[in-house]
Amino acid sequence: MDVLVSALEILMRWDVILALLVGSVGGVVIGAIPGVGPAVAIAILLPATFSMDPIVGLTTLLGIYGSSMYGGAIPAILINTPGTAVNALTTYDGFPMTTRGEARRALSLAYSASFFGGVFSVICLILFAPTLAKIAPLFGSREIFLAALLGLILVIVVHRGQTLIAAALVCFGLFLNTVGLEPVKYTKRYTFDQSFLSGGIDLIVVVLGLFALSQAFYLLNGDDEKIRLTKLRGGMLQGLRELAKHPRVVAVSGSFGVTMGMIPGVGEFTAQFLSYSYAQRSSKRPEDFGRGSSEGLIASETANNAVPAAAMVPLLALGIPGEALTAMMLSVFYVHNVVPGPQLFANQMDFVVALYIALLILNVLVLIFLIFATNSIINVVKIPNRFLGAIILTLSFVGVYSLRNSMTDCIIAALFGVIGFALKRLSLPVVPIILGMVLGGIMEVKLRAGMARVKEPFDFIDRPIAFILFLMIFGVLILHIRRVLADRQEIKAEKFANKHASTNFGFYLKKRQTRIMNTRSKSVRRSHLRYSRRDK
Amino acid sequence: MRGDSVEERRFKGPIRGQLIFALLLLALSILLISQLGDQTKWIKKTKFAAQPRLWPMIALTGMVVFTGIHLWRLPRRRILHVELQEAKRWLQVIEYCAWFIAYVWLVPILGYLISTLVFLPALAFRAGYQNKRMITYSAVIGFSIVVIFKSFLEVKIPGGVIYEFLPNTVRSFFILNF
Repeated sequence: MDVLVSALEILMRWDVILALLVGSVGGVVIGAIPGVGPAVAIAILLPATFSMDPIVGLTTLLGIYGSSMYGGAIPAILINTPGTAVNALTTYDGFPMTTRGEARRALSLAYSASFFGGVFSVICLILFAPTLAKIAPLFGSREIFLAALLGLILVIVVHRGQTLIAAALVCFGLFLNTVGLEPVKYTKRYTFDQSFLSGGIDLIVVVLGLFALSQAFYLLNGDDEKIRLTKLRGGMLQGLRELAKHPRVVAVSGSFGVTMGMIPGVGEFTAQFLSYSYAQRSSKRPEDFGRGSSEGLIASETANNAVPAAAMVPLLALGIPGEALTAMMLSVFYVHNVVPGPQLFANQMDFVVALYIALLILNVLVLIFLIFATNSIINVVKIPNRFLGAIILTLSFVGVYSLRNSMTDCIIAALFGVIGFALKRLSLPVVPIILGMVLGGIMEVKLRAGMARVKEPFDFIDRPIAFILFLMIFGVLILHIRRVLADRQEIKAEKFANKHASTNFGFYLKKRQTRIMNTRSKSVRRSHLRYSRRDK
Repeated sequence: MRGDSVEERRFKGPIRGQLIFALLLLALSILLISQLGDQTKWIKKTKFAAQPRLWPMIALTGMVVFTGIHLWRLPRRRILHVELQEAKRWLQVIEYCAWFIAYVWLVPILGYLISTLVFLPALAFRAGYQNKRMITYSAVIGFSIVVIFKSFLEVKIPGGVIYEFLPNTVRSFFILNF
């Protein structure tokens, strides 16, 4: 109870309340603009939050993170274009509902499901926090190293069909982190005797390049789209009543969101996929999924909104970010010399609870805002793409230049912008680079510390949590190998199935010709033989 | 352009450009790993886990191996015309990089406000919005960005050299707010 009171005291400040309002409203608007997304917004705003108190800065960023998915559902449902990447599954059932003339029902359901997902995950985590506070101190250097390694492996294997290039990009991120002066022996690594590389490559510069600048280049290089919007009439509260009719789908999807959010490297996509598959399997009308099923919409929106609060768990408890957005938030902690990890849970539990309560309030604020302002927000999707690109390019400058007022940083960010643009064009993931950079740094430090008291290799996993993490890594790798082998079998089977007579037409023609020729020549020879016998 | 083979049909994402990207990444990885001995140090009497060379070695070996296998497993390993067209598309964005660098170069000279009021409308004009309405919008948005970030959020952007020519009474106001 004392923790709760002191957490509320932390939040009862005008600047925190303002940050919550700005974060939640800003997040909804940013999420509703296709082509911006929370990653771009957080990357741009990150340096601006460095001058704020940690709680104010983090509340703003959390507000954007937590509310952008609400906003992202608007264009996903109305114009079949997801506002943020995680709303892609919402288009499957949301847009067909709009085409049926049920846009208001779809939006109302999406808001209600998102609200439930957000609130459910925060309540779960507040209840889970005391247990977490007991478990977190059991994580030493070895356990954190293994958890970070598990995160890296998971971020590779979740990119199904792209695992090899994702692994290469993770390694690229690991390499970027090593550039500069090595912190223990003070030797130079890949600086090529250039002074600007001695300090290393700043994570925020890379993040801004890969997310913000690349998005600006992508939009400026593309074409504008013609958008037709549906006019919405009526209230937005009917979704809450409809949501109550599907308690099983809602509870399971929320649980998937919370569980997947807590596992580093997994996140929204896996949570959505699992929830959607479950909802479809258990539905009385599975044939409606993808054609405007309310259960499908509920499953995807509940799952993705349950993730942000859960994603804060590995960040706050272990100091390990599970995806790109929490990796960016980690730098806010570092700037203020607040080291997230087991010590934070032990010494500053009120700070952790304050963040969760902020998320809870945020969900309420966003729902109220959306009930009244949806008709006005939908107009932001009309902003032309290339014009938006020009604005993002201008905003990116603030992010990069305000860090150190360095032209070199801007050139490096522009270079990563081009890399990010190429990756976007090829549909290759950017997140492995960021996680490689962040988790690489953590792994290097923790391995060095963890190996200090290790004499034999097995000593590294002689503690229960380390052993469990090792088994999890082993299990993930085995499952991945099994899946790769199954995929290969599938390809083989598909190839075999495609190999019908027509593909071997030439071969069959030749075979038939040879047979005819053989038969013909045999008969010719036989007749010749007969005539020759007669001659005798 | 998607071919008929099963691998090409099952490939995630577009195939065009994948080969060039993989080749470039592999070339970069090989170039960097060839410099490992020169750019990192192996220190005697130091544990393996604390060696400064360890992590660059792991990272670069991973880059070479995984990119190599990715290249080998690509469904199409011929440089077709579409590959070159895609690479050309990547190079097209260098123009916008130049715009960005020019903006960065202009800010310490003209100041944040004037540079933004010049840059955003000019870029909007270049992007094809050549009517008065959009140019005005871009100028208003540019002004708002400056006010929000420099005046309100007080981000660290230095005042322009041009502000030195302003009268004493307004100089510090402009340096602090614009």
